[in-house]
Amino acid sequence: MIRCHELTVTFGSKAVLDRFSLDIPERGVTALSGPSGCGKTTLLRVLAGLERPQGGTVSGVAPSQTAILFQEDRLLPWRTVEQHLTDVLPRERWGEVPALLALAELEGEEKSFPSALSGGMGRRLALARCLALDARLYLLDEPFAGVDLPRALRILDRLNALPAPVLLVSHEPAVLARASATLTLDGPPLRLSS
Amino acid sequence: MACPKPLKNLIYVLLPPAFWLGVWQVCAFLVDRRLEGRGNELQLPYPASVWTAFTAMVGMGEFWATVAASLGRIALGLAWGVVLGAVLAVLTCASPWADRLLSPAVRVVRAAPVASFILLVVLWTGRDNVPAVIAAMMVVPVVWDSLFRGIQAVDRKLLELAQCCRFSRWKTLTLIYLPSLRPHILSALTTAGGLAWKSGVAAEVLCLPEPSLGQRIYYTKYYLDIPELFAWTAVTVALSLLLERLLRAGLARWGRGWGV
Repeated sequence: MIRCHELTVTFGSKAVLDRFSLDIPERGVTALSGPSGCGKTTLLRVLAGLERPQGGTVSGVAPSQTAILFQEDRLLPWRTVEQHLTDVLPRERWGEVPALLALAELEGEEKSFPSALSGGMGRRLALARCLALDARLYLLDEPFAGVDLPRALRILDRLNALPAPVLLVSHEPAVLARASATLTLDGPPLRLSS
Repeated sequence: MACPKPLKNLIYVLLPPAFWLGVWQVCAFLVDRRLEGRGNELQLPYPASVWTAFTAMVGMGEFWATVAASLGRIALGLAWGVVLGAVLAVLTCASPWADRLLSPAVRVVRAAPVASFILLVVLWTGRDNVPAVIAAMMVVPVVWDSLFRGIQAVDRKLLELAQCCRFSRWKTLTLIYLPSLRPHILSALTTAGGLAWKSGVAAEVLCLPEPSLGQRIYYTKYYLDIPELFAWTAVTVALSLLLERLLRAGLARWGRGWGV
């Protein structure tokens, strides 16, 4: 079990996480939903080691064992689709590129640059790059923004079958309904909605 | 009837030089009318006189040796200046103390007159090394400034991504920094190339290393051979433009296909 225990993060005088605790199951997709600005992204950034909490602990996973998909795609305009994946994979795992492209439904786009991709395709490439990382916990911030719903649900089913747990932020009711577990949040500071 | 495209392209290419050659010819004619004797040859020779001087120069054996010697010296100075400017940019970005220590020196080099440095460097290194040293000194502030700004402007979100993707330092350099710096490198190299030529040839004129374009330009003044002065100047300009074109072409190949 991955456990967040009494995490506290403040920006200036604003408490975004105030002794927030959460247990993440060992497998499957845990979906988080809640209003914008309630602290969901901050929680993911703390788990990824990008924000240092002023208090609390995370057990069961180290920041270096996580992989995060940011709210923005953060693609490199000078790298092709295929290179985005080989850049993060060790050479001995380059054979996994076709499977990752299939997971993100990007077959046939190997040689395309990001400027030639649609918004949804760019999002799926960012997702595939995140999943290419060997991680014990995947943190996905709105992975299906700009992705059509049937495709998003197909990809979600594949995420549900991953051997590592996925913590996912989404506002899409159909995605929340299909996840293994769903938590509705409120804030700031972040708290489970009653 | 519409003008065929190849002809249109030819007109686009030839019209500007033809226009300026025409302006030059008219000005030389006006000077010729106002002055008697060899007046126009001393002040503003006709394009034809310069062409004659140029063809005579090219026919001489030492022309290519002169061009190669100057090109070698200035290219060496440019390369040193680019390397040193890049190292300084990295150092001053990495450490505020390095910035505090090195920035004033770089600003002094940028503001001080080139002639002062030329005279000093003659005393320090001997005349043969002056053009390369001066070209490097003039290039350093340009490259440093451009790369310093470029490094500071690299998208922090991409650096965060590199950290999350567990990129090595080498990967972060080659996949994030260098492509992000491409426009700054292009701008720095093209400006630096022109500066290296100007300052390097100026240093040659004052120090007369042998053989050199600057030495040839100096002798044209000595013998009042103004058509040859124009011809050597044209050679210098042509080499500078060629160098700039080569640098641009090299950097364009680097970014081909990015769609940005």
